[in-house]
Amino acid sequence: MTEFNYTIKDPAGIHARPAGLFVKEAAAFDGTVTIGKNGKDVDAKRILGVMSLGVKSGEQITVKVDGAGEKEVADKLKAFLEANL
Amino acid sequence: MIVTGKSVFGGIAIGKLHVLAKSDEKVKRLSISDAEAEKKRFNDAREKSKDQLKVLFEKALKEVGEDNAQIFEVHQLMLDDLDYVESVENMITEEAVNAEYAVAVTGDNFAEIFASMDDDYMKARSADVKDISNRVISILSGNGEGEFTEDEPVILMADDLAPSETVQLERSLILSFVTRFGSSNSHTAILARTMNIPSLIGVDFSEDCNGKMGIVDGYEGKLIIDPDEETLDDYIKKKKADDEKAALLQKFKGLDNVTKDGRRINLYANIGNVGDVANVLKNDAGGIGLFRSEFLYLESDDYPTEEEQFRAYKKVAQNMNGKKVIIRTLDIGDDKQADYFDLGKEENPALGFRAIRICLEKPEIFKTQLRAIYRASHYGNISVMFPMITSVKEVKKIKEILGEVKAELDRESFPYKDVEIGIMIETPAAVMVSDELAKEVQFFSVGTNDLTQYTLAIDRQNPKLDAFYDPHHPAVLKMLKMVADNGHAAGCWVGICGELGADTTLTEEFLRMGYDELSVSPSMILPVRAAIRNIKLK
Repeated sequence: MTEFNYTIKDPAGIHARPAGLFVKEAAAFDGTVTIGKNGKDVDAKRILGVMSLGVKSGEQITVKVDGAGEKEVADKLKAFLEANL
Repeated sequence: MIVTGKSVFGGIAIGKLHVLAKSDEKVKRLSISDAEAEKKRFNDAREKSKDQLKVLFEKALKEVGEDNAQIFEVHQLMLDDLDYVESVENMITEEAVNAEYAVAVTGDNFAEIFASMDDDYMKARSADVKDISNRVISILSGNGEGEFTEDEPVILMADDLAPSETVQLERSLILSFVTRFGSSNSHTAILARTMNIPSLIGVDFSEDCNGKMGIVDGYEGKLIIDPDEETLDDYIKKKKADDEKAALLQKFKGLDNVTKDGRRINLYANIGNVGDVANVLKNDAGGIGLFRSEFLYLESDDYPTEEEQFRAYKKVAQNMNGKKVIIRTLDIGDDKQADYFDLGKEENPALGFRAIRICLEKPEIFKTQLRAIYRASHYGNISVMFPMITSVKEVKKIKEILGEVKAELDRESFPYKDVEIGIMIETPAAVMVSDELAKEVQFFSVGTNDLTQYTLAIDRQNPKLDAFYDPHHPAVLKMLKMVADNGHAAGCWVGICGELGADTTLTEEFLRMGYDELSVSPSMILPVRAAIRNIKLK
């Protein structure tokens, strides 16, 4: 399993549009991807769960990727977060 | 009958009232025997919903732009969300209920989760979950595309409108939106602003007004149901005047701000948020003459970080595509308060600890903002301006801090441009020493609201003083002349960014004083341009 932390910088937090794009990125991967805040992890392929975390600007999330090619996927997701959130 | 509400966009609409029926009321709970067949019905309807959303996305992309259209992609993802799908399927299997009912309950449950979140934006998203559920239900129950089948333009009324409902509506048939609920963040409100139609939210109307004649007054936030003839005539006249004015002004788009005898002036816009840029461009402003940076501080629970500020400034600079963007540094205090600044109560807040005074006392806050502005300067044409200046000493101190900020950025290898610096002239003291101040900066922008209040010693918030308040007081006009002369003598350009800048009865006088720039609210750009083009100075 590969995991990394990221602090959300977008003033609006994880709002609907980037959440949708993130879920799409995660869904393209066969293994499992979770996103969590304060120890609560949700499936990153499910948009309602991701949105209901209610992550605000300045809060830290933990992304965990598990499965074949997890390192590349983690890098890709990290780059996505840096560019969009 | 008059019902009041909150206006989300000004203007007047007159027409038949059309109350949209609520579709989620029709769902009945039925027992089913074949759960597999019911699940198939659900999944077929879900696929069909996604197909519809794809079409809506394309339609919205063309009509309201990508930012507004993306919500329909999010809706498609929601329909694919396994938590959602499994919840519906489990209900069908375990409770042996019809798909419509399972979808309605699931939709309500998720909507409830969002509605209970402590964030206004997320609260508003409960409408999205309800929206996708209603779409599936409407397909399941065989109601194709909603019941809006009017063929004449109407004032559309509803509890709240879901994005998919609003985008399906034929635009040319909508005069106005009136909703019982919704917030300024709701899709309806955003769409109303995009479509430029007068709209009201929070209006407590009764169902029986359907089909009656109505007037929406977006200036005063009222809905008039069944107006009497006199009121109707009155509003028809008002609307006609509005329409003529708007049509006339459109002709001034793309034209120069030049008098009949060839004198040119820059006409810029005042904005208070990143989102206002669209309005600036739509109204054909030549730049942004006053970007109030306070919103970053007022909308936040703590000091905004350098990164947050940098993104906001960069976005505005990029969207303006090389046109000038003048960012005014933090002007907090007086009537603009943010709790975390902990400024304490003051006897005379307008004369108190505010704006540049805070920045010079708390240089760490000031530096964070300056770093963000300078970093953003790399991406466009940014100038910076400082509020509430009273002395040359203050400006020298600011320049010293600027020097430190630039040295820091150099060390960290951040690229930045040579940012033009200017000051607001809004205290009588600054006017009196403007000859000296002009040697320190590259431009002046006169903030007439504060300058008038300080010059006349009249508190604008106190209605008892209205009789004494004269925005055209000769003392203020003499000061404006003095500022222009002193600025020009030292090579500064001079502008006006207060309300007076948009006062077309004074435009000619400002031109005669030699002002180089007027910065006004986006909606005043074209009226002021029209005034300029009608002036002959010689």
